[in-house]
Amino acid sequence: MAQETYVYKVFERFWHWSQAFLILFLAVTGFEIHGSFNLMGFESAVRWHNISLWALVILIVFAIFWHFTTGEWRQYIPTSKFIKAQIEYYITGIFRGAPHPTKKSVYNKFNPLQRLVYLGLKIFAIPVQVVTGFLYLYYKYPSGGEIQSIDMVNLRLIALIHTIGAFALVAFVIAHVYLTTTGKKPLEAMKAMITGWEDLEDDHDVANQSAMGAEDKKED
Amino acid sequence: MKKKLLPFLAIVLIPQIFLAIAILDKPKQKDPKVLEALKVEVQNRPKKAVDHSLFAELQRDFKRPQEITEACLSCHTGRGDELLTNHHWLWERESFIEGRGVVYLGKKNLVNNFCTGIGGSEGTCNKCHAGYGWQDDTFDFTQQRNMDCLICHDNTQTYEKASGGAGYPPSSGPLAPDYKYITANVGKPTKYNCGYCHFYSAGGNNIKHGHLEEALLNTNRSVDVHMAREGMDMSCTDCHKTQNHIMLGRYYGTASNDYNRATCTQCHGTTPHAMSKLNEHTVKVACQTCHIPTYAKVNPTKTYWDWSTACDLHDGKPIEYMDSTGRISYQSMKGTAYWASNVEPEYVWFNGQADHMLVSDSITEFPVKINTLFGNYTDSKAQIWPVKIHRGKQPFDPHYHRILKAKLWDREPGKGGLWVDFNWESSLREGMKIAGLPWSGQWEFVETEMFLPISHMVSPKEISLSCSDCHTREGSRLHNLTDFYMPARDRSATLDTIGILLILGSLFGVVTHGTIRIIAYRRRKKV
Repeated sequence: MAQETYVYKVFERFWHWSQAFLILFLAVTGFEIHGSFNLMGFESAVRWHNISLWALVILIVFAIFWHFTTGEWRQYIPTSKFIKAQIEYYITGIFRGAPHPTKKSVYNKFNPLQRLVYLGLKIFAIPVQVVTGFLYLYYKYPSGGEIQSIDMVNLRLIALIHTIGAFALVAFVIAHVYLTTTGKKPLEAMKAMITGWEDLEDDHDVANQSAMGAEDKKED
Repeated sequence: MKKKLLPFLAIVLIPQIFLAIAILDKPKQKDPKVLEALKVEVQNRPKKAVDHSLFAELQRDFKRPQEITEACLSCHTGRGDELLTNHHWLWERESFIEGRGVVYLGKKNLVNNFCTGIGGSEGTCNKCHAGYGWQDDTFDFTQQRNMDCLICHDNTQTYEKASGGAGYPPSSGPLAPDYKYITANVGKPTKYNCGYCHFYSAGGNNIKHGHLEEALLNTNRSVDVHMAREGMDMSCTDCHKTQNHIMLGRYYGTASNDYNRATCTQCHGTTPHAMSKLNEHTVKVACQTCHIPTYAKVNPTKTYWDWSTACDLHDGKPIEYMDSTGRISYQSMKGTAYWASNVEPEYVWFNGQADHMLVSDSITEFPVKINTLFGNYTDSKAQIWPVKIHRGKQPFDPHYHRILKAKLWDREPGKGGLWVDFNWESSLREGMKIAGLPWSGQWEFVETEMFLPISHMVSPKEISLSCSDCHTREGSRLHNLTDFYMPARDRSATLDTIGILLILGSLFGVVTHGTIRIIAYRRRKKV
């Protein structure tokens, strides 16, 4: 049977929402710097984009520390098990009201697709954005009257990679927000990420998963 | 569900605080003490130490101006030697130009895009020479007694040089100088002295430069933040500091090599802004680019000079047309002119090195570049500079592919002076004879342009350029400089299209998926 379980710790939620906010804020200021629209003015956009970059870096440092000290990093180890089932679930199963192919628990918070995407986010997308961001920001800077330089010839390549990353992250946020509604109830996952508590199925129910699905249908 | 309040507050409040700071934040300001200290330093000028009216050497009835020079040099020994190698005296400098080697260039022999050059017309052009009697190529540049001390050191503002007098003052008439009064009041050059020549180059106030003009004698902060009368009231020599008659600063339009320039950074340093991002801009952007957003702020400047229409006479007499604002739009002497006020400069890369077209050059590219400013994005010494690009038309020899030099002036008619005889053929023949170059006898007019970097009439910081004057998709001030990537101006259109399609695709995907889910859910419910 379902049971209220404490899934997301305080730091985890703080990290998640701060990162969410920072990514959105970086997207808004970033696309203003890109010239896509005019909101707060180019100068403010640059200043706040740079401040947000530092905020994000500090947050990431704490998050890395947290993941390793708590062992939570293991949640992101990718697996090919059930990955096909998960894709099939999103393409067909979900419309039939089929049960989730994997079971969420405190020790297995993510389905295989989540593992893969979040890992990609952590070790690829965000690092690429941070590194290109720093290069963008500091590729030439005066220091003590002398010009220190990484000797990057041009901003162009860095800027284009940074733009690709930005589009990808925005697309991720759209998909991510939508997919939070695919839990048992549409707002279940959102509530869990705010309060930390979520209705999770008991271990006993694993065996009865298919039966549970049938039961749900009846209840519907 | 316990302890929900604290994390919730943390989650909700922290972004709120961040946003509030973002909205309320004001950009940092530079510590005002830095500028205050500079102001004190500039105002701390030495006072005049002596009263020249008491000197026995000057208690004379001077007949010729050379006698004054001799009197000056009798006390100020060695100053004449200093001036012997000075460009105000020689009107040329030794320069090294890539592709040409060591050359001696200056007003003496260069072509410009206005009155085209002094050759053959020394008698009138050299009114502005710091000497007496340079009227042809026989002038002796070793004779110190022919130096004109007063044109720079007269503090009475009454010393005049005669028109067509080859540097001599008028010997009689209302403008003949009162030497007794003038010699009693000599001193360091004021802006009036410098302006006597530099404001009126190319034949009238502000015609050539667009940022050096008589309005600077009495101006306000919005025109020139340094020279404002009720502000710092600085004079030319406060920046163009001079020791032993070596003036700091050389005109970028005619000086080929990058040394001994007067710069903003000599006082303001290389990190004058509070914001480091702005300081970083100085790597690639000259101070002038942002801080001189427009030139010709008070009086208009000539932007176009078409010689091809010159020599049009009415009933055998030269004519002049003015436009509705009193600017001369046509002169039989000079052809057609366009003027402009409050002009946005054009922008070029410039590393301080320049090349100059010589009359002997064979021209292959049009419009003809009278001078060339070197530099591009990858040149570590080059910065983006504001320039006045003065365009026009000059006579050209289609056979020898050379710009033709016309003789413009003579005291007497019939000697080929264009402004006297209004005859292109004879003035070109005389002009090329003086230049020592062959002429095919044919001429046509070709487009020319000259690049004049802008350095004066610095605006207050409140009206300097802001980020979005350049960092903008449409109408960027730097739209012509395309050899680098600039945020907000540049993008990959393909990449942006793909990115937008990706986002729209994601939105479409989730909306479709969600809609099907809702429909499917309702159907299941009905069953």
